[in-house]
Order: sequence, then structure tokens, then C-alpha cells
Amino acid sequence: MRDIEELKLGQAMNAMNTHYPDAVRVEPINRHTLAVIVDNEPGVLARISGLFSGRGYNIESLTVSETEVARHISRITIVTTGTDAVIQQIKAQLDRLVPVHRVVDLTLQGQSLERELCLVKVAGTGEHRTESLTLAAAFGAKTLDATLNSFVFEVTGTTEEIDRFIGLMTVIGLVEISRTGIAAMGRGSEAM
Amino acid sequence: MGGEVMTGAEMVIRAFQDQGVDTLFGYPGGAVLPIYDALYHQDSLKHVLVRHEQGAVHAAEGYARSSGKVGCVLVTSGPGATNIITGLTDALLDSIPLVCITGQVPTHLIGTDAFQECDTVGITRHCTKHNYLVKSIADLPRILHEAFYVASNGRPGPVVIDLPKDVQFASGVYERPSRNGHKTYKPAFKGDAAQIKAAVELMAGARRPILYTGGGVINAGPHASTLLRELAAETGFPVTSTLMGLGAFPASDENFLGMLGMHGTYEANLAMHECDVMVCIGARFDDRITGRLDAFSPFSKKIHIDIDASSINKVVKVDVGIVGDCGAVLEDMLAAWKALPTRPDPERFDAWMAKIRTWKARDCLAYWPSGTIIKPQYAVQRLYEACRNLEQKTGRETYVTTEVGQHQMWAAQYFKFDEPNRWMTSGGLGTMGYGLPAAIGTQLAHPDGLVIDIAGEASILMNIQEMSTAVQYRLPIKIFILNNEYMGMVRQWQELLHGSRYSQSYSESLPDFVKLAEAYGAKGIRCDKPSDLDAAIQEMLDYDGPVIFDCIVDKKENCFPMIPSGKAHNEMILSDYLGETGAEIGDIISEEGKMLV
Repeated sequence: MRDIEELKLGQAMNAMNTHYPDAVRVEPINRHTLAVIVDNEPGVLARISGLFSGRGYNIESLTVSETEVARHISRITIVTTGTDAVIQQIKAQLDRLVPVHRVVDLTLQGQSLERELCLVKVAGTGEHRTESLTLAAAFGAKTLDATLNSFVFEVTGTTEEIDRFIGLMTVIGLVEISRTGIAAMGRGSEAM
Repeated sequence: MGGEVMTGAEMVIRAFQDQGVDTLFGYPGGAVLPIYDALYHQDSLKHVLVRHEQGAVHAAEGYARSSGKVGCVLVTSGPGATNIITGLTDALLDSIPLVCITGQVPTHLIGTDAFQECDTVGITRHCTKHNYLVKSIADLPRILHEAFYVASNGRPGPVVIDLPKDVQFASGVYERPSRNGHKTYKPAFKGDAAQIKAAVELMAGARRPILYTGGGVINAGPHASTLLRELAAETGFPVTSTLMGLGAFPASDENFLGMLGMHGTYEANLAMHECDVMVCIGARFDDRITGRLDAFSPFSKKIHIDIDASSINKVVKVDVGIVGDCGAVLEDMLAAWKALPTRPDPERFDAWMAKIRTWKARDCLAYWPSGTIIKPQYAVQRLYEACRNLEQKTGRETYVTTEVGQHQMWAAQYFKFDEPNRWMTSGGLGTMGYGLPAAIGTQLAHPDGLVIDIAGEASILMNIQEMSTAVQYRLPIKIFILNNEYMGMVRQWQELLHGSRYSQSYSESLPDFVKLAEAYGAKGIRCDKPSDLDAAIQEMLDYDGPVIFDCIVDKKENCFPMIPSGKAHNEMILSDYLGETGAEIGDIISEEGKMLV
């Protein structure tokens, strides 16, 4: 009991001794998918990932590739989580990086399409082997490689679908996974 | 206009000249020798040799902040580059435009851990607004000019150009870009008209208004300060300022409430707490300003003008956010105010102004006077009076830099600034050792000005080597040390929060500052009696050369008012001179009943 009292006292002292104001109170956390169009110059990815680590933001998924080779422009798709205020901050912070052309919040734009590609290696024989083929067919996965005791499947889908596929394969004999992270795009005829 | 063939090193010098740079702060080394050689062959660009690269950056900051121009730095690779990190971070947090050239090992050696190699762009990515590694001579002219654009447009900040030695030797075509700009970086300048209109409507209905202004007004140029004065006069709103914004609004104006925040005035903080409309102009709701966030200005509608969109709603949620240059927005705001269908009646906040006058009447900066020992506040007051008399008599303008700590806060409280660009201090990063090199940069920008570094005996030792620079360039800077033999602000916090256990905060084995000044070839003055102070200050001001003034002050004096950590604006501690807080301040923080409300 005395320990608890001392602990409480200690916490109270700590709260008092800090030079800094208390952290803001907890608000609902949402998941947002951001498309960031950047100049494909050396270090641009480090600027973006450094911004996230330096300011304590989350990255759930980050996908990057040059999309306009002639203009050296890359599209970075970032899935992040945070309160509305944090998401707003993330977008403003990204937007002020010098090589960033623009930042689009695909989640705010409405139902955007999100896909990722995953390679799954499964090993096993007998019943497990046939079962893995059946499940792969059900998920529309392609068989990229087959040996007498293994398969490599390629599956494309939403993050949730891929999670489900991996979950099932884990039971059967999953040995290796490689995922691309999310590529996303808004619906309709409008370009971002 | 055809280009001119020259080496990379020559391009650096030429681009600086084309950008109108007249002063460059630097320190040579192996990886920048070609640039130093190019410097040798010209006269228009003055190079100032510092004694440590950190000093070069702070000097460039002082130069930039006091002149509104971009500060320029040239250092070598490896340790030259790592030594500028503190300065770059300081400039980033205080939004000071700098262009720093760092030498780098030749491109074919990058990544091999070559002698004096470091990953400069990697290390400085987090403490610059932008940085470049130039791998091809073809990119150099564009990058050199782009760097000036990026440093000075939008929210200003430091830019590093890392230049490998082989690129400095390489020949290429130099051509000044026909227009300054950047492919992707296009910061907003004018504020959104609808938002400005919404802001003016809020202001017109205010019954307890306040203008809370910051360094953004100063960064927007002198015309922004003029517009701020005009807005304050038109609206009749009282004005408070952050540490960074002092001078944008005249301290002598009766509507000025003094600085706000942790060591701000009673009237400024209470007005912030009780206002109903707050107009934040070029400030960023720093934690030293807001105190306890959930109790920050609970009754107000907030308007925030900032050139950096990420500053708006970062820590304090505002009702109207206006992204734009303070000068441009103030201009539009004034026009919108003047265009209001009915002129708001200034009498609507008479009661508010009366309340503010009662707060002012508390005279929160009063302190126990002494006839035997120099009070640090008294020292700053006497220094201010002497400088003001000099300015009135001779027109010589006073510029003040500071180090970081108690002396900095006393300088901010007791030295009154009526003009912008006269006050250079490290606000965001709180860098001890800033003031002396910043004074050097300021003096170079204003050769006829009176430049004073108000210092502490601990801070000054962090970049004391720059005395050598001051003497070499005959810069008559005055270093006014408030010597209390303690890292005073550390000691104050230890007194307040750690039971007066002064762990490592005593300034042991201090040098004899008079002899130290003489060793550098400067003048040293010591004063420890209030009765001698005015004469000693006059002696300092009369001396045409650098002076270290060792002002021996009360060792135990604390800096008040103070908002204790985690407390709100209306929970200030005042000096015990005001009779409210006779007890040990260690007791006050734990007994809320004794808090001033």
C-alpha cells in the first residue's frame, strides 16, 4: 500500500517537474491513405520517412516508385494513423517539404481503391498441398513457382484480403511472405 | 545572355555576388580550399574568419536577423560540417534564412569513410529547411540560386549545399537563372480573402481583444512592423509579443503589455488568459508561451496568421487560420477593417482596457532594490538608459544580442525595443553561446551601430573564442556579463523543483574576465557596486573597441514573473517584492492556494 502511495507521489512529482506541458488528451484514431507526389531526387524518401520518425507519426505502409520517368516524378503512397489533428499536421508537414509537389488525402476524397501485391511461399505435402491450391484458387492467386513440396503464390487484393489469405496459409504451411504495401487511387474520371 | 565558363569554386563566389551577398562567415579546411582560393582573387565579398564553425553560423544568424538579408556560411567537410549543426538547428527553430556551403570529399570517395568525410546531407536533413548534395557541375548554378530562394521565401530557414571537392574544381557554364524560384516550392504569400474577412468580423465584435505577435512580423520585413502599428492604432487593441517578436511593436507604446509567456508580464499573461478574441500574428503557440495547454486562453476565439500552414492548429486549435506573409495579411486586414460598414466603437472594450491598467499597476517587474549589491535587473535597466541616452544624443542605434538563461529573460523584460531587427536572441533552441558570435554578425551588418551582447558568465564561455574574431575585425561589440557565478536559470529551476540541490550549476573556476579580455586584446571592465555602475557603463560605451564588462550581480536573484511548469497563465508566481509570495518558492509550487490567480 505504501509503495502505491509512493508511486503516486512519484508520478505526481514527475508530472510537476517536467518543463513541458502535458500531452494532449486522447481522441479517436483514424487510418488515412495519402498520395504524395514528389520530385524523384536523391534523399527524398529519407526526408519523408525522417519526417515521420522525427515527429513521432506512424507509418503503416509506404510504397514508392517513379511514375513519370521523363519528369522524374515519384508517387509515394503512405498509410498512416492518427487523430484528425495529427493527420492534418502530417499533411501540412509533408506539404512544406521542398521537393513535394502535392499531398492528396485519398481517404478524405471518398472511396479510393487500395491494392497490394503479396508473394506467399507455402511448403507441405499431401492434403496440405492440395488444400493450399484450392484456397489459392478461391483467392484468385496465381501460382508462380511449384516444386514437389512447395508453391509460391502471387495474390493481389486489399490489405484485409491479403491478411486473410496469409492467415489461412499459416495453418497450411506458410514459410515466407513478401508484400509490396499499398498502391491507391481515387475512383472516377478525375485525376488527382 | 550566354553563360560564362568557370570552376565550381568560382561559381560559388559569383552566385553569392549575384545574390548581393557582401559578408561570408567561415573557416577553411581541406575540402573547401578551391573556394577559399577563389575568394582570394576577389574583393567584393568579405570573408570573416571565425574561430569555431558554430560561431560562423550564429554570426550569420545575427547578420541575417539584424539586416533582413540571407546569412552566408562556408565551412569544410567532416568536423566543419558537424560543428554547424547547433547553429543550423537554431536557425531552423527561429526561422532565420541562411545559406551554408559545406565542403565534401570528392564524389568518388563518398561512402568510403574518407578523411574528414561525414554524411552531411544525412546529418543536416533534420536541421535544415532543405539541403543539397551537388554531384554534377551542371546543377551547381541552379542550386546556388535556388538555395537563396528557398532560404528566404515562405517560412525562412537554413539551407545547406554540400559541395564535393571535385565539383569545386570542375569547369562548367555559369549563368544566373532568369528568375528566382523553385519548381515545386511555392509558398503562399497572400492570405485567403474570405478568412481575412472572417477574422476582421471577429475582431470588430471583440470586447476583450488582444494582438499576440511574434517573430513572423519581424521576418516579414520592416513594413510588417509598420502595418502592425497601424492595425493596433486603428483597432485600439492592446499588444503583447513573444520573445522573438520584441521590437515589432514599440515597447514604449502605452498599448504594449510587454512580453508574454513563462517569464512574461502579469498584464500580458492575464490578458491572454481572459481575452475573448486573440489575433496571433506570426507566432506559433510555443510551449513557453502557452503554459498548460488545456487551460490556455479558455474564453477566446483565436485567429492565427502564419506563413507556415503546419503551424496552424499544430498545438492550439484556432477558429480562423490564415496562411500567408504577415505583412501581406496585415495589409489586407487593415484594408478590410477600414472597409467595415460601421466603424466598431472602441469604447466597447473600455472596461477591458481598464482591467488591463489595473494589472499593469501591479508593476510585476518590480524587485527588491539594493544599495550594496548590483541587482541584475537594475544592471539591465541602467544599461538600457545609457544606450537610450546615447541613441537620443547621437542617433547611434542599439542592437542587443543575448546568450541563454536568466540574463536573457531580464534583457527581454527590462530592455525596451521600439524598432524591429534590434533584438537577436536564441528563442526556439535556447542556445547558450549564441550571443557573442551573433553580436559579431550584427556589428558587421551595422558597422555604426552599438552592439551589446547581454550575457551570463556561463553562456559566454561556450563561444568565448570568438573574442578573437571581434578583435581581428575591430568590431567594437560590448559584452555585458551579468555574473552571478551560477548557471542562473538552472539554479532557479533547482531551487524551485529540486529542493535547492544545486547540482553542477555553480560556475566553478571562472576566468578573470578582465584579464581574459586583455588577453584577447580587448578591454575589460569589472563593476560590483551599484554606485559605480553608471560610470562603468559609460566607460564601456565610450571605448572604441570590443569590451568585456564583468558585472558582478546578486547571486541569488530569480527571474520573475514566472509561470511554473504545467501551470496556466493565471497561475503566475510574482517576485516576493510584491508581497504575495513571501515563502520559499519551493513551497509555492506544491501549494496551489498560494498561486496567484
